[in-house]
Amino acid sequence: MNTSVNLAGVELKNPVMTCSGTFGSGMEYGEMIDLNRLGAVVTKGVANVPWPGNPTPRVAEVYGGMLNAIGLQNPGIDVFCERDIPYLKQYDTKIIVNVCGRTVEDYCEVVERLGEEAVSMLEINISCPNVKHGGIAFGQDPKAAEHITSEVKKYAKQPVIVKLSPNVTDIAEMAKAVEAGGADVVSLINTITGMKIDIHKRTFGTAIKTGGMSGPAVKPVALRMVYQAANAVKVPVIGMGGIATAEDALEFILAGASAVAVGTANFYNPYATVEIIEGIESYMKQYHVEDIRELIGAVK
Amino acid sequence: MSGKYKERVTVVYQNRIAEGIYSIWLQTIRIASEAVPGQFVSVYSNDASRLLPRPISICEINRNSGMIRLVYRVVGKGTEEFSGLCAGDSLDILGPLGNGFPIREKKALLIGGGIGIPPMLELAKQLPGEKTVVAGYRDETFLMEDFSPYADVFAATEDGSTGTKGTVIDAISENRLTADVIYACGPTPMLRAVKAYAAELGAECWISMEERMACGIGACLACVCQSRDVDEHSHVHNKRICKDGPVFPAEEVEL
Repeated sequence: MNTSVNLAGVELKNPVMTCSGTFGSGMEYGEMIDLNRLGAVVTKGVANVPWPGNPTPRVAEVYGGMLNAIGLQNPGIDVFCERDIPYLKQYDTKIIVNVCGRTVEDYCEVVERLGEEAVSMLEINISCPNVKHGGIAFGQDPKAAEHITSEVKKYAKQPVIVKLSPNVTDIAEMAKAVEAGGADVVSLINTITGMKIDIHKRTFGTAIKTGGMSGPAVKPVALRMVYQAANAVKVPVIGMGGIATAEDALEFILAGASAVAVGTANFYNPYATVEIIEGIESYMKQYHVEDIRELIGAVK
Repeated sequence: MSGKYKERVTVVYQNRIAEGIYSIWLQTIRIASEAVPGQFVSVYSNDASRLLPRPISICEINRNSGMIRLVYRVVGKGTEEFSGLCAGDSLDILGPLGNGFPIREKKALLIGGGIGIPPMLELAKQLPGEKTVVAGYRDETFLMEDFSPYADVFAATEDGSTGTKGTVIDAISENRLTADVIYACGPTPMLRAVKAYAAELGAECWISMEERMACGIGACLACVCQSRDVDEHSHVHNKRICKDGPVFPAEEVEL
């Protein structure tokens, strides 16, 4: 039985990875699960310099999901290269670094710096809804998305994944735009911009008033968008958005995702990624699927 | 480094100890064997529409019987659900989480405000030296008799129905309490006052913080507090309450 998948020349032992921002650089989860089991660890977004993030409260619960407004707090690329990459290198899993920035130059600086590091792929975050500059500003306009992708590609030594925002009118157009810019892989969805109000305190649920919604409640939206994106581009697609079980992951694969990422589920089930890998294997046995690639996009 | 476990645990006993305040004993041999005073557990809802854990401090640890006690206030739908659990019911918890209080062998003052009182009980049990507890309530008191085998207890109530009328600081002044080490957990205005009092006294002071959490283990960066020192994780001034805390030296956090 083969569970390995190939993303732009990078072979993952299985299609299950983590969603950026939900797993740190794996250190906290490494105490609870075997990171060697994962297809890849996708790190929390890293910028050229440390970012302090947003005021608290940074999270709020909503029905079947949550809002987050962390604001990309991160230690900056120097600390990241000294501490986080060596940690992850101990494990037999692919390292994918999520890159964020305020300007095109910021992204390019981080990407260029990572060229010398033992990193398998880069994921360009043009879809964070919780920062004032950068992030989603690049991810809602096809021309801006294509431009930043082509700029980043000039500096990138590793294959580039561009992570798309669902907060757009036409996801297929955005996927095509980044493909035209040279993206090697497309990942989606980032969180859906939402809001929560506490009627007792008469305040917003998150300090910056809005937050990115994730969790099982967003899965149907994510699945629809992954299907549309996978049918719009030739490059591989990584599907994510509310995946909590193997059944969820299989839906995304059947919809056209070559790999899947698990995010919010890690928060309430630290073992989610490993359980999903085991569940996919059981499904393959049950249906006598020899190669997981038979399942990718099998539902037309 | 102690382990942390997510496990499905059984309710041994639950009762209401004051208006909206519940005490629950949970059977969890692994967590009970590793937990220390001042740590907390993430408690998960049995309703899949409520994803996020409710971080609740550990009130008592009984290693011999493999149980922990949580005392919590009903503040929303999640804690309302927990309050309906009966002996034999089960729920998921993750723990033990956070650092816990450092045990010092000197004259100690344990200060709790409202639902910040419960973690002081296990601390009172484990501190080896002379110790006094000051508990602040709005009106109705709880846990006071639980403390009495281990420490002298002074109460402050906003309405003056028990102990000193006013705040924990009023109770401390009225009873002329002093200490070499102070441990505190409670609402931010109380922590601010305790921090100032400790500085005045020149006493070592440890405070336990609270914030909404998602992962509970230091990965998501939701529950940060402003710290004086640069934090180890992001090299800014944001310590993670769940992982670097919840207990901090008072001078370390901006309140």
